[in-house]
Amino acid sequence: MAAFLRKVWLFYRDGFKNQTWGRPLIWLVVLKFFILFAILRVFFFRPVLGGKTDAEKSEAVGENLTRNHRHTETLNPTEQPWTQSSGPDSSLP
Amino acid sequence: MDTIFWSRLQFAVTAAYHWLFVPLTLGLALVMAIMETLYVVKKDDFWKKAAQFWIKVFAINFAVGIATGIILEFEFGTNWSNYSWFVGDMFGAPLAIEGILAFFMEATFFAVMFFGWNKVSPRFHLASTWLTGIGATISAYWILVANGWMQNPVGTAFNPDTVRSEMASAQAFWEVVSNPVAVSKFFHSVTSGWVTGGVFVVAVSGWYLLKGREKEFARKSMLIGAIVGLVGTGAVMLSGDSSGVHAAKYQPMKLAAAEGLENGGPRAPFSIVPRVEVPGMLSILATHDLDGVVPGINDILNGYTDNEGNVIPSVAEKMERGRKALDALAVYRELRESDPDSAAVARAVLDENVEYMGYGHLEQPEDVIPPVPVVFWAFRLMIGLGMLMALLLLLALWFSWKDRLEKKNWFYIAALCCIPLVFLCGQCGWIVAEVGRQPWTIQGLLPVNVAISSLSAGAVKTTFFLFLAIFALFLVIEIRIMLGAIKKGPQITEG
Repeated sequence: MAAFLRKVWLFYRDGFKNQTWGRPLIWLVVLKFFILFAILRVFFFRPVLGGKTDAEKSEAVGENLTRNHRHTETLNPTEQPWTQSSGPDSSLP
Repeated sequence: MDTIFWSRLQFAVTAAYHWLFVPLTLGLALVMAIMETLYVVKKDDFWKKAAQFWIKVFAINFAVGIATGIILEFEFGTNWSNYSWFVGDMFGAPLAIEGILAFFMEATFFAVMFFGWNKVSPRFHLASTWLTGIGATISAYWILVANGWMQNPVGTAFNPDTVRSEMASAQAFWEVVSNPVAVSKFFHSVTSGWVTGGVFVVAVSGWYLLKGREKEFARKSMLIGAIVGLVGTGAVMLSGDSSGVHAAKYQPMKLAAAEGLENGGPRAPFSIVPRVEVPGMLSILATHDLDGVVPGINDILNGYTDNEGNVIPSVAEKMERGRKALDALAVYRELRESDPDSAAVARAVLDENVEYMGYGHLEQPEDVIPPVPVVFWAFRLMIGLGMLMALLLLLALWFSWKDRLEKKNWFYIAALCCIPLVFLCGQCGWIVAEVGRQPWTIQGLLPVNVAISSLSAGAVKTTFFLFLAIFALFLVIEIRIMLGAIKKGPQITEG
């Protein structure tokens, strides 16, 4: 196993070392990954829900989805308009 | 200009940028693998040099294109956080598989292909070259599974406790993976990549002939490029047909917008350009039946009966049911712990109306209409340019086959002009697919105005211009390196 891993390591090492026209390409990829992960990801593309637990994320997104839809303040839910059955005869706005 | 505008523009530009590299990767992968196969079969060093040249061009494109798709994932988390949470594991699973697969296949076989010419046997090297292309193609499949689910969300159910669309079983995963929209999108996208690669190879070969150098290499490359491109063209037409049928079935508004069809019905006409129509053709294309019903924009707004006899409600009715679903969701989440009985009633109402939940976020029925002129003209441009590419490839095949490529300067120049056009053709396809499904991020479930994060427009604008500057710079670098490699040529000594 160790011999195989050493062969793989040497294969990659020599491959990178012996590059001629490929060398600038490799540096270009390294530079791009640096910009992507060390600059853009860290400073500009922070996940908005990052750091929250799953329950907190559910709460936050549930709140955003239902921001304009609250009918529990006054009555029993079974008497609310949203419980009326829908179908072809429903009166529409 | 608001946050939604800038977030959508940023996503669109990022996706369009990513799609500059992907089709060329998929197309060149096939060309270089065929050439290396010829080298291994014929044991002719000419084909080895030819394959090495196209692998070099492939590698340049790959190096600049690599990870441009990751930006899209950054944007999901930052600009589209409600969407990201809502889609949950459904989106995460295919993207994770794609990431792992892409990493292992590409890190392994690309490296062998790139570094291994004198270190592994010719057959092992050939296998690596094919597997690099196959790996890229399989990666595309997983991405399109995720995209196909957004267009036709099958195999999942909305869970009001987690506020996510979730797969309930292994069978659901299979439904997602075999989603007919994803399958036809995969074939359409990958084979359009073959057309892009074919046209690119024909054009570069034409440049060598124009300059009077590398003649044998250029003639043989042109023949292979033309064959790959034409096989791709045939497959694009077949998969485009099934894409049209799926749009009619799952996203009829997209099809109506692409056709500018206000009032549909059986024997619907296909519009070539405004006021020039082929009677009945749209019904045949969309349903494979002259009497098949294709709903127009007004039919979809007002409700209609589809080809299976199902009564499709009007958008107003869907909005009403969507609002009931959202009201019920709000009540369910508020009462699920304090009043389980009332919460159960709310849950039942939610389940009854959940398929229209996204419509509850709309302000007016007309919100479901995408920007018709954009979709209409992008569709026509895609088809027109696709036909032009087919003509170019047919001519390339004919001239190569008959050995009549000498002194065809007009053809070489036309081929070079087709390089930007073939990329434009692919971009138009994505404009039809993605602008045509507006306002939905997930068809019928989540419109863009709710999918978005609570960010200031200024914050998104900053990252938009930053991204634009960085990646425009990378594009310029790629073009310079690629032009340098092409100018240097394959360095084949011709006898």
